Amino acid sequence: MALDTPPLGLTMSENKNRQDYWKANLRLVAWCLSIWFVVSYLFGIILVDQLNAISLGGYELGFWFAQQGSMYVFVVLIFFYAYRMNKLDKKFGVHED
Amino acid sequence: MDLKTLTFIVVGATFALYIGIAFWARASSTGEFYVAGKGIHPVANGMATAADWMSAASFISMAGLIAFLGYDASVYLMGWTGGYVLLALLLAPYLRKFGKFTVPEFIGDRYYSRAARLVAVVCLITASITYVIGQMKGVGVAFGRFLEVPFEIGVMVGMGIVFIYAVLGGMKGITYTQIAQYCVLIFAYTVPAIFIALNLTGNPIPQIGLGSSMADGSGVSLLDKLDMIVTDLGFAAYTAQKGTSLNIFLLTLSLMIGTAGLPHVIVRFFTVPKVADARVSAGWALVFIAILYTTAPAVGAMARLNLMNTIQTGEVGAVDGNLVYEERPDWFRNWETTGLLKFEDKNGDGRIQYYNDKDVAFAARAEGFGWKGNEMVKVDRDIMVLANPEIAKLPNWVIALVAAGGLAAALSTAAGLLLAISSAVSHDLLKGMIVPNISEKKELLASRIAMAGAILLAGYLGMNPPGFAAQVVALAFGLAASSIFPALMMGIFNKKMNRDGAIAGMLTGLISTLVYIFWFKGWFFVPGTEMSANSPDNWFMGISPESFGAVGALLNFAVAIVVSKVTAPPPEDIQHLVEDIRVPKGAAAAVDH
Repeated sequence: MALDTPPLGLTMSENKNRQDYWKANLRLVAWCLSIWFVVSYLFGIILVDQLNAISLGGYELGFWFAQQGSMYVFVVLIFFYAYRMNKLDKKFGVHED
Repeated sequence: MDLKTLTFIVVGATFALYIGIAFWARASSTGEFYVAGKGIHPVANGMATAADWMSAASFISMAGLIAFLGYDASVYLMGWTGGYVLLALLLAPYLRKFGKFTVPEFIGDRYYSRAARLVAVVCLITASITYVIGQMKGVGVAFGRFLEVPFEIGVMVGMGIVFIYAVLGGMKGITYTQIAQYCVLIFAYTVPAIFIALNLTGNPIPQIGLGSSMADGSGVSLLDKLDMIVTDLGFAAYTAQKGTSLNIFLLTLSLMIGTAGLPHVIVRFFTVPKVADARVSAGWALVFIAILYTTAPAVGAMARLNLMNTIQTGEVGAVDGNLVYEERPDWFRNWETTGLLKFEDKNGDGRIQYYNDKDVAFAARAEGFGWKGNEMVKVDRDIMVLANPEIAKLPNWVIALVAAGGLAAALSTAAGLLLAISSAVSHDLLKGMIVPNISEKKELLASRIAMAGAILLAGYLGMNPPGFAAQVVALAFGLAASSIFPALMMGIFNKKMNRDGAIAGMLTGLISTLVYIFWFKGWFFVPGTEMSANSPDNWFMGISPESFGAVGALLNFAVAIVVSKVTAPPPEDIQHLVEDIRVPKGAAAAVDH
């Protein structure tokens, strides 16, 4: 997409900076969504029987991921994403004033 | 003081609080009415979003579903929370950067098309109306059980309260009221759960208690004990999977995508001051939601355990192993009068036998005990949360609090939905399509009239629920998942997505999902018009109608991408708009009305 004409008022280098920022964002999103998928769909549904062989206190592990663990990970994921994006915003100089 | 007086006082006090807040936070501009002037702190917005999201269904019905479905109810837990990850990562910050008022407005501008905006308005209004009916019904039921006033009066009182703070305050009034409502509902939900967890396991934290050993000194874990008790009576094990993995997978996905695509949730992220706030606010919303959603599995499992233990007092099959009907506890009697709990002495022994008579092997054994079928002919799932404090013998003020909590959950969700409906009418239909140069003052008046109209309609439908009321919730999520979410996501992540692709995709998702649901549930839910019986043998690849939203969304994505490749790309200014919403910088200068 770097060959596209930059939006009005942007130089080529500013445009390049925006494209790099977007690529870094997409990489972060892909990582976070992989974890999102693993804890809920993989651990909570697909591998639930296998994980239930392991126990976590009185919980079977697969059951715990489905009814507790996945939700805790979701919360941490969103804050992690927000924290990393704030850093990316600053690094690429695209943060709000 | 008797329970009824106490309940009147607690509910009355919370209502006075909501109205007080409404007068304090009146809206004076369209900006304040639609998006609270974009000045809500992200933590406060998170709390309001949580109250907005957690409806009568979350508060009253979910723990009951978990109690009877066990592991399979995980779809609701994961589905209704995982959607917030999608919202925070894929939609909220970009829609906030776009800086307008409504979801259809984004779709209309991004796809430079009034038709696209209209499709979005239709989806939004259908999804929101179906949802709001359930809330009004919940209000009526709560009044009926706890205050012993007729159902219709209950609905009217609820309508009156919402009318005052939603019409007066718009998003600003609704937001501050929702914060108060969150506090009421979370307190009401967790206090009984803490007492019950302490009682059963000796651990006051329900989330840990659920994974602890029983406090009866047996050393058996609570979940193992529950599995043992239910399988001894012929029921499926609590922690075992009953549905197919594919269906559970797709239902979870449909609920997640549907959650991220529901307009009344998305619009909450238009109210925060900055793009960075939108990301973190979704995190706070999920924190406040997860407090209830991680408690619910404990409430469900413990309620099921208490229920089974109350009835099966001794060994299965022993002559004196079952509760004598005349000695049943007070809460049992109370709920019998509502008709939600029903007993029928089939073998005439004066004792209650509660077991799974559909399980052939166990039913044969039961016959040997002299049992003649399951005698708990009705156990409504919804009573679990409401009866919990009584089952655990908690003081009356806790029961009064649960009534106020249920009402707070229903009212806060109703208000959010009504706002989404009224802004779609006044902003997207009236200002966006019919009278573009309407003055701000007139638009504000129009949105208040639309809100009043929506409240009346919702109240009417709440009192005269169409026969399909229970089934339409699946429709709301199916519509949001298959039409709105993909259009929003591609609008941000696919710069080359054009008008033709988006409209073709939305229509494909919408129509395929509608047809699949109607195929098994009757056209427009009219009984007898279904093309095929609604059973797993007939479902396409075993996919239930409720789970089809995810498939509809996939079809939407596929069709949109193919069509956009063979039609003209979007104009250059639209491509620049997309590039612009991808960076937070300049959000303050975003177009304001």
